[in-house]
Amino acid sequence: MSAQAQPNSFRIGPDERGHFGQFGGRFVAETLMPNILELEKAYNEAKVDPAFHADMEYFSKHYIGRPSPLYFAERMTEHLREVSTASGLSGGAKIYFKREELNHTGAHKVNNVLGQILLARRMGKKRIIAETGAGQHGVATATLCARFGLECIVYMGAVDVERQKPNVFRMNMLGAKVVPVQSGTKTLKDAMNEALRDWVTNVADTFYCIGTVAGPHPYPAMVRDFQCVIGEETRQQMMEMEGRLPDSLVACIGGGSNAIGLFHPFLDDKDVEIYGVEAAGHGLDKLHAASLTGGRPGVLHGNRTYLLMNQDGQISDAHSISAGLDYPGIGPEHAWLHEMGRVAYISATDDEALEAFQLCSRLEGILPALEPSHALAKVMELAPKKPKDHLMVVNISGRGDKDLFQIAEHLGNKIA
Amino acid sequence: MAGLVPAIHVLRLRFKTWIPATSAGMTPLHHGFTPPLSRAKDPAMIKRIEARFEQCRAEGRAALVTYVMAGDPDPETSLAILKSLPRAGADIVEFGLPFTDPMADGPAIQAAGLRALKVGQDTVKTLDLIRRFRAEDQDTPVILMGYFNPIFVYGVDRFLADAKDAGVDGLIVVDLPPEEDDELCLPALKAGLAFIRLATPTTDDHRLPAVLANTAGFVYYVSITGITGAATPDFGKVASAVERIKHHTPLPVVVGFGVKSGAHAAAVAKGADGVVVGSALIDVLKGTLDDQDRATSRTVEAVTTLVKELSEGVRSVSKRAAA
Repeated sequence: MSAQAQPNSFRIGPDERGHFGQFGGRFVAETLMPNILELEKAYNEAKVDPAFHADMEYFSKHYIGRPSPLYFAERMTEHLREVSTASGLSGGAKIYFKREELNHTGAHKVNNVLGQILLARRMGKKRIIAETGAGQHGVATATLCARFGLECIVYMGAVDVERQKPNVFRMNMLGAKVVPVQSGTKTLKDAMNEALRDWVTNVADTFYCIGTVAGPHPYPAMVRDFQCVIGEETRQQMMEMEGRLPDSLVACIGGGSNAIGLFHPFLDDKDVEIYGVEAAGHGLDKLHAASLTGGRPGVLHGNRTYLLMNQDGQISDAHSISAGLDYPGIGPEHAWLHEMGRVAYISATDDEALEAFQLCSRLEGILPALEPSHALAKVMELAPKKPKDHLMVVNISGRGDKDLFQIAEHLGNKIA
Repeated sequence: MAGLVPAIHVLRLRFKTWIPATSAGMTPLHHGFTPPLSRAKDPAMIKRIEARFEQCRAEGRAALVTYVMAGDPDPETSLAILKSLPRAGADIVEFGLPFTDPMADGPAIQAAGLRALKVGQDTVKTLDLIRRFRAEDQDTPVILMGYFNPIFVYGVDRFLADAKDAGVDGLIVVDLPPEEDDELCLPALKAGLAFIRLATPTTDDHRLPAVLANTAGFVYYVSITGITGAATPDFGKVASAVERIKHHTPLPVVVGFGVKSGAHAAAVAKGADGVVVGSALIDVLKGTLDDQDRATSRTVEAVTTLVKELSEGVRSVSKRAAA
């Protein structure tokens, strides 16, 4: 814990202006402010409307397939106990996977999209826009727009369109229009710029479905609330399986939505250790995407948070093998939890993630996405140092099918 | 002959513009020195903006406000352009602070920012260019326009002191709505710099008072919901929109977004106190660059030629009847 004054609760933020400590806020063009205030009002009303929650529960269960299992990863546990013994510790935590990769569309992203699309319907918005990096959020948005008969436009950096072709095709099959973004670095941050430009232009009929816990207030809080189902289920499932709370939680972080969804329900359980894993790319002294570890506070995309940037405040290119973590910022609530010292933010490199991907695939028969492979990489490091009765939960936030071509290339194979 | 026409034009402008400006008194805002920082609350810089609008009113016309990007395509050329603008008929100059992620700007200004960043433009260098402009021109208001992150990273207090020292009169920071006034707007007003607000078609009567509360200098009405350089708006609606804003403020209201020609400028000038042109100038500038985005001998002149056309458009509309 840091020396900063600790709040009574870590779960009460943000304040009414959308601040988590010094982070968050509403840094947007005037054109968007009325829309953002309208969205905030609509969300506040929906939050206390039982009919909205009934819809959420219905579609979560029957369409997404919730609850997702909490699975005891027995062979991974055994393997890491052997590693522990070999290093003379004779420990090794008991490892559980929260199986978000089993959701419809293959990742946690759909939890948030369901909430926002139901909200868009309440608000009478018929045109949905979204940004996407790896394409998972774009696929989830395209899926729910198909389900509810809404127009869907997905902005995706031209570079990402090239490296995530299967997801572009999926979105097209679902009836969405994918717009390759040619501006800036042609990756996720530019896709977000372009989505904001679309929103500025089409304010009246358009709902911007943001894919992570970033952007202007109320997005960071709203997306978190929709993702908290991950942590709430984990809490209940762990009580059923072990009769107590877990001892530690581990999740990967790009913008940080899967992580905050798992962490938030446990933030006030002070004995639960929490680890957020950023993407260290080629290494922290080289190109990476670890905003908290390697960045400073700044303002981008509607909120103040930690950003990768140069001395003049120009945003730097992020790099990660995982397109979903390839973003130079992080959700403002994570920035605050970092400064408060409640969550330990660590990082894993591309190579560590690739190694964890292979280990998990062979030991558990589960192909994780490259994003949660970063979390698994740190589980491999942390678990052997913990005692055998330590319960560690790692969020498997998505499945790895989308990454197979890229992984094959890195491992020196080529899939025809 | 090519040189003769502009020379006459400049002379005409000098008579119409500069002589009345100085003879009208224009009280304490002269000239040649920047007010000392110890007089931080002296709104001398806001007065430079007021004086210029007063002068335009006296001439019975709308003001022409031009935008170019600092450092585009290189620092010296952008300074040469900045210096040429008042001579070509611009009344107020906006200088863009380059940023990697300009979320409210269209392709022209995005590309201009990236061209500037590519040759190493930054906030320090931008303020330095303004300082050099100010050394030669003590009357033309300079508005710095950009996004908050470079300013936040520079440090708000240090930025305000340095901007004022360089001769900046006002700031337009696109991603700071009234909800974030504590960040820069209030400190800027305290430091004697105008914080100029954007009002948009989505800013309804309920919201306008909040938007106008801490603004100074003038109000910038964005005539469309959209990004810079986008579709040309229905100029017929400009007058009624300006009228609506004027119910809430005594400040001049200038109108921008989508103005591309002298005819557009004239159409907007009918209903507004000023006309803002940015992307069209940058498009013209870009058209003169070589295949490596470097300035050519035509670059400065191409921009000033369009500014002269815009200036003639603005000056073709007499506002005396309305006054």
